[in-house]
Amino acid sequence: MAVRERLSGNEAVAYAIKQINPDVMPAFPITPSTEIPQYVANYIANGEIDTEFIPVESEHSAMSATVGASAAGARALTATSSCGLALMWEELYVAASNRLPIVLALVNRALSGPININADHSDSMGARDSGWIQIYAESNQEVYDNFLQAFLIAEHKDVMLPVMICQDGFITSHGVENILLVEDDQVKEFVGEREPEHYLLNPNETLAVGPYAVSSYYMETKRGQREAMINARKVILEVANRFQAMTGRQYGFFEAYRLEDADYAVVIIGSAAGTCKAAIEEIRNTTGKKVGLLKIRVFRPFPEEEIAAALTHVKAVAILDRSEMFSATSGPLGAEVRAALYQAKGTAETVNYFYGLGGRDITVEDFCQVYDNLEKIAAEHKVTDMYEYIGLRS
Amino acid sequence: MKNTVEIRWHGRGGQGAKTAALLLADVAFKAGKYVQGFPEYGPERMGAPITAYNRISAEPVTVHSNIYDPDYVVVVDDGLLESTDVTHGLKETGAVIINTEKEKDTLLPLLHGYQGAVYTLDAKAISMEALGKNYPNSPMLAAVVAVSGVMGQEEFLKEMLDSFRHKFAKKPEVVDGNMKALELTFAEIAKTKKGGVNS
Repeated sequence: MAVRERLSGNEAVAYAIKQINPDVMPAFPITPSTEIPQYVANYIANGEIDTEFIPVESEHSAMSATVGASAAGARALTATSSCGLALMWEELYVAASNRLPIVLALVNRALSGPININADHSDSMGARDSGWIQIYAESNQEVYDNFLQAFLIAEHKDVMLPVMICQDGFITSHGVENILLVEDDQVKEFVGEREPEHYLLNPNETLAVGPYAVSSYYMETKRGQREAMINARKVILEVANRFQAMTGRQYGFFEAYRLEDADYAVVIIGSAAGTCKAAIEEIRNTTGKKVGLLKIRVFRPFPEEEIAAALTHVKAVAILDRSEMFSATSGPLGAEVRAALYQAKGTAETVNYFYGLGGRDITVEDFCQVYDNLEKIAAEHKVTDMYEYIGLRS
Repeated sequence: MKNTVEIRWHGRGGQGAKTAALLLADVAFKAGKYVQGFPEYGPERMGAPITAYNRISAEPVTVHSNIYDPDYVVVVDDGLLESTDVTHGLKETGAVIINTEKEKDTLLPLLHGYQGAVYTLDAKAISMEALGKNYPNSPMLAAVVAVSGVMGQEEFLKEMLDSFRHKFAKKPEVVDGNMKALELTFAEIAKTKKGGVNS
């Protein structure tokens, strides 16, 4: 039986950690992720779990210690946000290239500057090339569910890659919502224990982790990471199926919401997808216009073919990015969705919007405007502004 | 969204507007509702104006934006009325509830011509009478429940009694005081309702 609760996104992740009872959690506090290690430290202090908590002096050290623990054979994780993730930069690549099944609870927050504590995806999007699997959430329920699935994906022998479980800072991390929790013993059975194949603390197998690789080895390592990322596609869906069997809640690479018959579609990541859903209901109820949504859950590996297939029948698509990449053209999601459509010889007109940077709010009305624009674009077969900011002060 | 009650809280950092919003989410959740309770963070410092929000509904709520056209507004600190247009976007069918020691008539000119219902409550006086200390959260919470009717009074009191017993397990003596604060507030709001709220 599911447990009906109300929790913030941070509480939900901390609760998932409690239920998983991982071996090691090094962490350094940073807003808005601070509550996660704080709650976990409480669980440990209260004797509810026996995770080894390592207070460190920086995020650089937090990820370094997590790397060490994971290489030793432990189930290890940490949590961070924004500049904290930036300070882990080097170790993110170390974790992925050493094929360590670490899980990182990332509470998305804008990167400086100007310094800002609110939600956008500039932190995780900057790390999109680091070799980590990235899974995003719309709601507290989703970030909890994603977290329960994370170690199973990371530790699968065909994957062995670190996983970033992302949620929007403050919007879900500090917002209390209804949530259904899985019972403790079910989680325990679902996540099992880590059974490492090769690990530093194995006395029967001497091992070096993270040695220098000369040019004649480096490239094969990268190809290996690529293969693991390809394998992750299958594993992510397998784990989602197992999760659905346990909870009834269905997950894939993305959620297609009223997309099947849609003429106009939004592609988006994160909490704003919920606001978009409310706009879709309003538009369909009041005008009958066929509008829909493709909400990305898995950004790495990028489900290129599946996204293109889901958008083949659509007349116009708005791809919404919650981070800049200053290419002076697309945002990160815009560029990849457009490439996917091109590859599939898609016919939809596309427009790329930037929204919500540094926590700028996006409303139901904003989404209604986006769908209005898409209708115009489809009618005129002309995109006047390929790249626009939503909600910019004039 | 039609069946969703939206509430906006105005307070100052450290006064507990966020806590009150989370408490309201809590008690409405216990009454079987779908809830959201969330703060809007600006610069985090004691005394700075802060806003917190609630959505309460019989159905799941997916919207993740702030609230611009609330059904109800709660003002935890009347000093904010000078600097903040607290009734901005507030539905005329709704109401604003202000914690103040002042006469209502002196505050009306600060409400930017708002035509809906205006309630004032001296939460400090109620808290002092019931608890001997100034904890305005409980009275303001009761006030918003009494005015909005998001849940029944009996149901609210029952859930709050459970919460207080849980929260104050180590100091049960304050449970009665907190419950008294809620009851005094209901009586006060009932009086206002009877006398006409905007007279």
